[in-house]
This record gives sequence, C-alpha cells and structure tokens, in this order.
Amino acid sequence: MEPSSSPSSKDLQRIYRSLRLIRRAEEEVARIYPSDKIKSPVHLSIGQESVAVGVCDMLDKKDAVSGTYRGHATYLAKGGSLKGMIAEMYGKDTGCARGKGGSMHLIEANANVLGSSAVVGTTIPIAMGWALAAKKRKTGAVIAAFLGDGATEEGAFYESLNFASLHKLPILFVCENNGYAIHTPLSKRWATQHLCQRVASYDIPTFRIEDGDVFSIRNVTAWAVDAMRKGEGPVFMECLIYRWREHVGPGDDYHIGYRQKNELQPWMETDQVEKVGKMLDAETRKKIDKAVEKEIAEAIDFAEKSPVPKPRALMEYVYAD
Amino acid sequence: MPTKAKTKSAAKKGAGAKKASDGRVLRYVDALKEAVIQEMERDPDVFLFGLDVDDPKGIQGSTLGLQQRFGRERVFNTPLSEDAMTGLAIGAAMAGMRPIHVHIRMDFLMLCMNQIINMAAKAHYMYGGQVKVPMVVRSMIGKSWGQGAQHSQGLYSMFMHVPGLKVVAPSNAHDAKGCLISAIRDNNPTIFVEHRLLYPTEAYTPNEAYTVPFGKARVVAKGDDVTMVGVSNMVIECLRAHELLAEAGISTEVIDPISLVPLDIDTIVKSAKKTKKLLVVDNSWLTCGASAEIVAGVLERAGPEAGIKVQRMGFAPTTCPTAPNLEALFYPNPATIAEAAYALAKPKAKRWKPDPKKAQLAYQMQFRGPF
Repeated sequence: MEPSSSPSSKDLQRIYRSLRLIRRAEEEVARIYPSDKIKSPVHLSIGQESVAVGVCDMLDKKDAVSGTYRGHATYLAKGGSLKGMIAEMYGKDTGCARGKGGSMHLIEANANVLGSSAVVGTTIPIAMGWALAAKKRKTGAVIAAFLGDGATEEGAFYESLNFASLHKLPILFVCENNGYAIHTPLSKRWATQHLCQRVASYDIPTFRIEDGDVFSIRNVTAWAVDAMRKGEGPVFMECLIYRWREHVGPGDDYHIGYRQKNELQPWMETDQVEKVGKMLDAETRKKIDKAVEKEIAEAIDFAEKSPVPKPRALMEYVYAD
Repeated sequence: MPTKAKTKSAAKKGAGAKKASDGRVLRYVDALKEAVIQEMERDPDVFLFGLDVDDPKGIQGSTLGLQQRFGRERVFNTPLSEDAMTGLAIGAAMAGMRPIHVHIRMDFLMLCMNQIINMAAKAHYMYGGQVKVPMVVRSMIGKSWGQGAQHSQGLYSMFMHVPGLKVVAPSNAHDAKGCLISAIRDNNPTIFVEHRLLYPTEAYTPNEAYTVPFGKARVVAKGDDVTMVGVSNMVIECLRAHELLAEAGISTEVIDPISLVPLDIDTIVKSAKKTKKLLVVDNSWLTCGASAEIVAGVLERAGPEAGIKVQRMGFAPTTCPTAPNLEALFYPNPATIAEAAYALAKPKAKRWKPDPKKAQLAYQMQFRGPF
C-alpha cells in the first residue's frame, strides 16, 4: 500500500470537527441520560470515534455506510443529522426514524447511512446487498460495513466474505475490535486471534490497525476505496480499539469485574480527539469546539421542543405503499 | 388490474383475434416462469437468484432457461448461505432493486429467519419509512415420495405472525402468475408459497402480464351446506371433496384465500354466515396456524349470533413420516375432507365415507378454472 500524503490543514480541521462532534454529542447523551428524557438503550462509541471518522473521511456522499447498534459515531461521521439522532433518542416525531427505531436503529437515507440493527452481524449481508446493487447499476459507489468483533463469530460474516469475494463486490468490511462482546473477552470466544488470516483465506486484502490511529485508518480506507472503485472487490480492515464506557448506558463499568481500568490507560493516552486537536492551532481548535457545542445545544433544543408522534403513527409504515 | 370477470369476458370475446388478454391453458410451473420473464423484461431492477436456479433442472423447471435469457448478472446461483443471501436480497431491495430469492424447499427458510423476521419485515417501520424492502421469497413445499420431515413443511404461519410481511399461497397457474407479478411489484417483502404437487396442474392463464390482488379471496366452487376453505394445494383437495360430497347430496362452497396476509376474511365470513358451517383445511399443522387465524377471524367478525360451527383439518400433530402408509395418514385428503364436511353438514346422520376409488383421483383431476 502506498502511503498517502499527509493531511492538509483543511483535512485536519474536518477530521477534528467530526471526532469532536461525536465525542461531545455522546458525552451530552450520557449527561442527559439520568434525566430519563432519553428512553432508548444507548451504546456509546466514546473512545472508538477514530474508526468511523477515519473511514468516512475517505468516502464520497454517494458511498454508503452500515453501522452496528453502537452506531452513533458511524451515523454522525457519514453525515447523519445530529438533530435527527437526538430527537430519535428522545422518541420524537422528528427523529431520524420518526421515533420508531431509537438509538440502535439510526438511519439517514439522504447521507447513505443504512439503518443499524440490534441483532449482531445482521447488517453485514445487507450492506453486501447494497454493494451488489451498486455494482449492478455501475454507480461506482462503495460501502463500508462496520461490524464488531462479536459479529465475526456469526455465520453471516463468513457467508458474506465468501460471496463478496466471489462476486468482487465494492464493500469494505471494517471490524471495530474492542475486545469484548458485552462483557465477554475474545479469549473466551476466539480459538485463535488471527482474524485477518481467517479473512485473507477468502482472497480478500486485509489490514490490521492496532493503535486506533485515525490517519492510518484513513490511509487504509483510501487504498481500499481506490481498489473497490477499480472493481477489485472487497477489502477487510481490523481496527483494535477500546470502549471507554459500559456496554450499554452512560457510565463506566470497571467496577463490575470483567475488565480492569488499566486497560483503558494507554487508549486514553493516545486519545485521537486530543491528538488531532493538538495538531491544530489553539485559535482554530477553539473555533471548532465552539461550533460543535452550538450544534449540539441546538440539536438538544430541537429534540426537547419537537412533538412526540401522534397516536396514529403507531400503525404508520407497517407496510410500504 | 384484470379482475376475474374482465379476464373471463375478454377471453370469450377474444376468440380468434389476438387480444391483449388472450390466454391458454398453462402449467403452474410455466406460469411462475412466465411471470418472472415478463417482469424482468419490464423492469431492469428485477433479478432472480438462489441455490440451483441455473442448474440443469432449474427448480423443477420454474427457472429453466432464465439465465440464458437474461444473463448471469440477473439470474445467478449462490453458495449455500441462505442467511447472508437473504440479507443480500434485503440490501439490494433497500437500494431500489427487486430481488426474487428462490428456495427449492420452504424448510430452508428456517436458515433465513433472522433476516426475514428481524430485518425485512421491520425495516420500513423501524427506519421510519426511509427504506422499502421490495423482495420476493419464493419457496416450495414438498409432499410424497418420502419428502419426510424436512422437505414437506408448510411453515407460512410463522411469517403470517409477523407484521410487515405479506404471505401468498396461490393454488393454480392463473393465480401463481398473477400473484408472482403482484409480489414483484409490491414494495414489501412477500413470502411466496408454492406447492410441489401443484407444479404440473394446469389452468387458464392470460398471455399478458397481469396482477392478482392480495387480500381478495376467490370462491372457487359454489354451495350452500358447508363452507370449505383450503390453503395452497388443499384448495385442490377441497375441490375434489366438493365433487365427492355432491354425489352424496351435500353442497359445499370452496374458498381459496390466495393471500394469507393480507387475509380477506370478509369473503369467508359471507359464505360461513350463509352455510353456518366452516371447515378450514390447511396444508400445515393446526396450532397457531393459518386455520386458527381464519377460524378466529371468522368467529370474531361474525359473532356468536351467527351460529357458525367450525372445524379445522391439517397435518397430523407430528413430524411428517416417510413410510407411504404413514405419510398418507399424516395429510388430509379428499376422502377425509369429504367425510368431515359431511359430518359437519349432517351431525345426526350416520357417518359417511366416499368411495375410496373415487377419492384417489385428486391430482389426476386437473383444475382448469376458468376464473
């Protein structure tokens, strides 16, 4: 893989803004959560933002992403509306899924954010179907399918790798490997740690990024997008990353005993939000931070003031016209 | 949308002239294929795929030649990966295409349940109307010659249970073609139920593309004493029972619901109110099945004042065996249906059984319409 050129100042600002927006939006979700205004199980991406941001920074608008139930970052990084997301969590009619999906089923068709699913691995073949349609219609579009380490244990994952490779579909499989499926570590789930080798046996190029570095993730994505647009088929990227908060909910869970807080330390030290922030001059960073806070405040205000769905909405969209 | 009456009259008028609604007698299997050909020619977004769709036998002939006609991009075989292939169809459908996913046995849909139930059925609702899933899942039910436990199941009630899916089970070539075209054009996921033994049966089928609307049952035989509702091939069995009963002086009305979701309960209620006796014959087990749904729907709608007596028949509450003598006991057949209907019509009379020789003719008596 050729190393891509170092990001421009404009790139840095854009990447930082996206990282910062996701981090702060989720921190705000966590802050609001105890008020019970958000009545939806939230699976926060705090600490994992760089995967979504690094990947989505290299995608065009016509390209798509499909996310997991820990999908706020993917949704926002690809251009999903923050207002739509917060309102959805509030159960409001203005939510991205009209108050019918909640945090685990975010979607933004206009930004080509496919809907996320609460059933692990389920969206992988669906993303592949989107890639098949893109190939059939010769749109040149590609899709990044995000999945967790747990999803790689599902049969659908291997079925999809096989089919995507066989048909040379434009799909980038992005495994966010945070080491835990809920509270169960890889050591209790994987016979071997060689995920990339497993995937490579399907004749799919694989990449492993072990430090969560947003620029490395971005570089691999750039290479993958180029290869996919040339019709060379799927690419796989495993990103080691760490979930800072609890599996579900606003807090942390180091006290319940399945993992130790010292695991978190190195990840906090290389926090990508801070790292990229420090690459900007103080003035620029401050300006971006301010704009991010404004956007989040407006989104929360929007959600607070939005109407709840009307009772008749219960039976709307059961069947499509 | 050509209605029953319209198709009939047009066919009469059209003698000699090449009218749009000219038709001919067609086998069920060929009607399925014709529907796909006409829709694929009409809409470039329609594609068909599934295990063995391009093999030399072509799903009992129903997909034979399609790949030669439309190419490998639009008609293709798949790995044995029903779960992911179902997701593939859903994803392509969400992207605006119209996939037809073919399964040579309905039993294999159990490998697709997560995708069908958790995604296809719910996507339009769960994503606030932002996506549609216009896909067709074709699946065939087997019977006889040792199909046994895992090649014979009529599992459609599992899909009827879940909002968001449509479920259709046409019993003849005319409806097979019209329902398949309706399913392809429908913007919702449709479980399309075929019965293997219906494949060679023939019926009058218009040449042109037409739709059979979902949610409209068909009265396929008129009668006054008992209403019989059959599902899928049980319509044919009921029609045979209807003939046997006529010889015994019992007049039965036979109804084919055609689509199970949506279900046209009104047509059944109307008939049941007239006859006061309802026998539902399903091609599946009774518990939580289509027969339970139909009976409950009729009684709720008609109310106790209608005084409708109900009875259900279906698979014996066991696994389908392979020994022919046991298998014969597993299914309702024209003789057992006729016997049950007779007892329902004449509860105080002596038990009656049709002549077994006459009752054996079920699939030699081809159902030809007209509609």
